[in-house]
Amino acid sequence: MNGMVVVIAAALLMGLGGLGVLLWALSNGQYEDMEGDACRILTDDPADQP
Amino acid sequence: MAALSLSSGDVADDLSRYIHAAAGDERRFEIAIKGARCAGCIAKIEGGVKAIAGVSDARLNLSTGKLSVAWHGDTVQPQGILRRVRDLGYAAQPFEAPALLDADAREGRVLLRCLAVAGFGTVFIMGLTDAVWYGADLSPALREGFFWLAAVVSVPVTFYAGQPFFRSAWSVLRHWRTNMDVPISLALVLALGLSLYQTAQHAQDTYFDAAVMLTFLLLVGRYLDFRLRDRARGAAQHLLAMQSLLARRFKPDGSMETVAARELAPGDRIFLATGERLPVNGTLLARGSEADLSLVTGETLPVALAAGASLQAGSIITGAPATLLVTARVEDSLVADLARLLEAGQQTRNRYVNLAEKAARAYVPLVTGLAALVLAGWLLAGAGMAHAVTNAITVLIITCPCALGLAVPAVQVAATSRLFRKGVFVKSGNALERLAEVDVAIFDKTGTLTLGRPVLENGAAIAPDVLQRAALLARGSRHPLARALADAAGSGPMAANVTEYPGAGLEADGRRLGSAAWCGAGDAGQGSGLWFREGDAPPIHFRFKDQIRPEAKALITGLKARKIAVEMLTGDLAGPAGEIAREAGISLWQSQVSPTDKALHLKSYRARGLRTLMVGDGLNDAGALALAHVSAAPGSATDVSQLAADLVLRGDDLGALIEAVDVARKARRLVLQNFGLAALYNVTAIPLAALGMVSPLVAAATMAGSSLLVTLNALRLVRP
Repeated sequence: MNGMVVVIAAALLMGLGGLGVLLWALSNGQYEDMEGDACRILTDDPADQP
Repeated sequence: MAALSLSSGDVADDLSRYIHAAAGDERRFEIAIKGARCAGCIAKIEGGVKAIAGVSDARLNLSTGKLSVAWHGDTVQPQGILRRVRDLGYAAQPFEAPALLDADAREGRVLLRCLAVAGFGTVFIMGLTDAVWYGADLSPALREGFFWLAAVVSVPVTFYAGQPFFRSAWSVLRHWRTNMDVPISLALVLALGLSLYQTAQHAQDTYFDAAVMLTFLLLVGRYLDFRLRDRARGAAQHLLAMQSLLARRFKPDGSMETVAARELAPGDRIFLATGERLPVNGTLLARGSEADLSLVTGETLPVALAAGASLQAGSIITGAPATLLVTARVEDSLVADLARLLEAGQQTRNRYVNLAEKAARAYVPLVTGLAALVLAGWLLAGAGMAHAVTNAITVLIITCPCALGLAVPAVQVAATSRLFRKGVFVKSGNALERLAEVDVAIFDKTGTLTLGRPVLENGAAIAPDVLQRAALLARGSRHPLARALADAAGSGPMAANVTEYPGAGLEADGRRLGSAAWCGAGDAGQGSGLWFREGDAPPIHFRFKDQIRPEAKALITGLKARKIAVEMLTGDLAGPAGEIAREAGISLWQSQVSPTDKALHLKSYRARGLRTLMVGDGLNDAGALALAHVSAAPGSATDVSQLAADLVLRGDDLGALIEAVDVARKARRLVLQNFGLAALYNVTAIPLAALGMVSPLVAAATMAGSSLLVTLNALRLVRP
């Protein structure tokens, strides 16, 4: 019974955590330019080059 | 009509109005960019702009085509940024986001947030209820604990994520009307209420999972629908930004500043270079010029103007650069009639009842009536009040139009995305439904059926070497006739020392190209065309005319094959109009039709109960576009026409209209099929619910099943 309470509480917290992260990403504009972000991964960051 | 953009950067423009002050001394400047579509473009543009001294950040949004540049203080000149982007090979214009777009973006964010919350709730509660349904050895105390936990999560989740439905339902209920969101909201609230009651009574029939899942599925449909329409609107907006309604205004000290056209006031003096479009009504100051009035009247060839002549917004200066006195603001520059017509058209549009609303009108009384009957039936049969109410509510929950709520958005998403790929931007929600009903298609001539620009007519009669020598001069000018001549000659060199005499012609190495007077042709040929003289040889006359679009004939034939009658209305003279009509295969046409008459013509069709598709590009078509049952404009159309039109075609391929008609008709068929599927589901589910034989598990499964069915049916549209 005790184990059940812990598991359910953990599931709830993890779910809420995921939701929180998603909402944070939304308000940070991370979904504003999906096409651009898909392309950006292809360009080399000049700072990375030796 | 080809859009001609301002080439700011040549003069000392003042772009300070487009610069927004951000936090601290940071300044932001937004540019609409055309032609960027890959990782290389991002790197090139951002790199190029960041290399300008002082720029602290540059970020290109590939989805919207907007470049946002930031710097601190007054260290950077915005003209320099525009020039840099143009030098890199992309068209660029300062961008001013209308407030409307911001509201749209907010709506999208709210929907997405609701969707996220509903998704979390669905997964969590499904885990709990699955345990209840499949866990036969669950102790009653634990089961009840699970139910209370589900209640604690699902009630706030449903009320938060269901906002879009509750708001929409409330807004129509207040006016004693109804829509699909009314039964949806009713079912959500009743499902939660009944479940709480059941839990308090230690009973087993709870619908927490159904309420949350319903919200989630419906939100998915809503959000996708919104996203696609938003993308189409954004794309259309971008087309408009590239046309840029900017004007160069003289400051009192004689210098020039660039302002948005809507800031112009009567009494201002503005400057227009050759090839620029007049954004407002005005009168010509100082000296005469020549203007292309095709957007205003539909006439293709340029008209000569004397000083003091008044010009309407939309005229394009083709002669000498001109200074004009502004006589009306942008919003007053359309003929007052035209503006009124536009508004009247918008109102008729708003009265249009789409299929989903029609279905809701029949559905809501039917379902509530049915629930009342079930309640009365159980009471008469001697059942207790609690039992009777439970069964009546179960009927309402099970008939909740989840499938109906998805039936229309799912099809629209599929149809809009397919058309988006083909370059047709669907701007309003029910435009496709209206397009499917069209009986008559009415076309404007200039710029719609034709290319809207002059093409060399007598090229065959002129010796190729003469044409080439004339083109040497013509390539140096922006005048539309000179450009047409250069196009006809193909690519080649340009004479090194061409001098342009505005309003007269070009000269190089003893050769002259220009007006009749300039080449000494006397009044041998009045009116239009170009003359070319080499030394003392007799001048040669180049004649020009507008040319029909290559795809026009196929388009007309295609529409006729789909049982849509075709008609042409134009402001141009009978001669050229008849010729184009014959070439396109249109037997019904009228010439010299004024904008008001065009609108009246469409009204008369409406009065006869015929549904019209209006296709036009000019200012003179805007009123007719707004009054038509559904309207379309090519991407090169004037901004007013694009705003009035339901569909905007990217690029200039009118042939996409056929595809749009086909998709619209197929979408209509699919929506009706989906209604049929949803009705079938209800017909089987209602008797079971009325007899009290539906368990919450069955309710959840059938709801998800029917939603899946209509969505899959809609997806059939994605495949060609």
